[in-house]
Amino acid sequence: MRILEIEHCRKHFGENEVLTDISLTVDEGQVVSIIGPSGSGKSTLLRCATLLETMDGGSLKYLDKVAVRDEGGRAVYALPAELKQVRGYFGLVFQNFNLFPHYSVLKNITEAPLLIQKRDKDEVMETARDLLAKMGLSDKADAYPYQLSGGQQQRVSIARALAMKPRMLFFDEPTSALDPELTGEILKVIRALAAEHMTMVIVTHEMAFARDVSDHVIFMDGGVIVEQGNPADIINNPTQDRTIQFLSRFN
Amino acid sequence: MTITAMIVKMSEGLGRTCAIFFLTLLFSLPLGLLVALLRMSKNRVVSTITKAYISVLRGTPLMLQLIAVAYGPFYLFGATLLVKQKLLAIIIAFALNYAAYFAEIYRGGIESMPVGQYEAAHVLGYSKAQTFMRIILPQVVKRILPSVTNEVITLVKDTSMAFTLAYMEMFSIGKQIANSQSSFTPFVIAGAFYYIMNSVVAFAMSRCEKALGYYR
Ligand SMILES: Nc1ncnc2c1ncn2[C@@H]1O[C@H](COP(=O)(O)OP(=O)(O)O)[C@@H](O)[C@H]1O
Ligand SMILES: [Mg+2]
Repeated sequence: MRILEIEHCRKHFGENEVLTDISLTVDEGQVVSIIGPSGSGKSTLLRCATLLETMDGGSLKYLDKVAVRDEGGRAVYALPAELKQVRGYFGLVFQNFNLFPHYSVLKNITEAPLLIQKRDKDEVMETARDLLAKMGLSDKADAYPYQLSGGQQQRVSIARALAMKPRMLFFDEPTSALDPELTGEILKVIRALAAEHMTMVIVTHEMAFARDVSDHVIFMDGGVIVEQGNPADIINNPTQDRTIQFLSRFN
Repeated sequence: MTITAMIVKMSEGLGRTCAIFFLTLLFSLPLGLLVALLRMSKNRVVSTITKAYISVLRGTPLMLQLIAVAYGPFYLFGATLLVKQKLLAIIIAFALNYAAYFAEIYRGGIESMPVGQYEAAHVLGYSKAQTFMRIILPQVVKRILPSVTNEVITLVKDTSMAFTLAYMEMFSIGKQIANSQSSFTPFVIAGAFYYIMNSVVAFAMSRCEKALGYYR
């Protein structure tokens, strides 16, 4: 089943054309990694897909819901009520966590399911406890974000996203704000999610991780998809000069 | 007149002093938030007008504003309500003035919030109002508490300005006694009263800061 379909996405900031005709599909259970130099538009693409940024042209579809349709090259957004529904289909994990510092870990995870999705309180609490256990944070339910390490905070933010029961998750450089010794714990969590066939799109600079965990790798540069395909092919045997040049920095 | 008699007489005005203090806070704190939101409005007309409002109220003496509120309507339209209802005039002038100061404090606090907080809430499906009330405002309150404390301490002292309208709060009574008795003592007593009130304010505000200290 197709979860996400982006077609001909265009985005510019002032004179700067940041995304040029990007198309991307994600099927259920698929893990897609996006790699590329900084400034290549990876975050902007994720922000367009998660409705944090409005695209100029192109279309965006989650399952059977059209969030953005293309009308003569111009992006036309669906009504707010529909976009609100669409937002329920995905979660986003930020580079710098963006936890709510005034909420306990448990409240960070449970408020949106209770307040926004209006789910049953007992069910939400149980879901949250399960997620915390899965993240190895059962003893941190009542802690506040400032009392946690970066790695723990990022695990809470993953739990917060998962508590919404999204159909897919986006990660924007989930380990880039972490000390090197803490990146492993986050990558482990994402690997575990991949093993459970969670649908994910991950922007990352961890090449070995991208190769191991993903079904599909996309290399972006200068706002375009330069090369994409099977992870082993792209990362071990890239064909495009720009990909070769980029990857050589990691070896 | 004995010192004790002076103290007793002046403390009869403390209720009025406190009325000015609490009523001003009651109205200016929410009004200040509203002014801050208008000041940050994307509508240029609204933000420009609000900016002018803040600029004038912060740029002219409160004493002048008291006079303007009390007598302005009388000179302009012959309306005597605010000339007779002194407390009403005082509260209007104080609330408008303090709202301007609080607005800038709120604005500073709101603008200091990292955009990631809005984005995280947005992705989770919070509406704009929910994001503001649940995520942004509580954190802003914590951030601005020290600046608010400064204003509140100033407010305690500013209540003495009610003497401009001959509203008989503690300071105005003291001033009257000072005149009739040709004595400086009432001013010393007034100073002591303000100092005690501000000690209470400082204590209460530090309790608030402690209460919000459960997170960083
Ligand atoms: N809000 C913005 N306003 C202006 N330019 C932006 C904005 N966000 C990103 N850009 C520009 O878009 C380009 C792509 O940025 P980004 O998507 O963050 O790249 P990446 O995530 O691949 O490092 C960069 O040149 C960046 O300066
Ligand atoms: Mg980025």
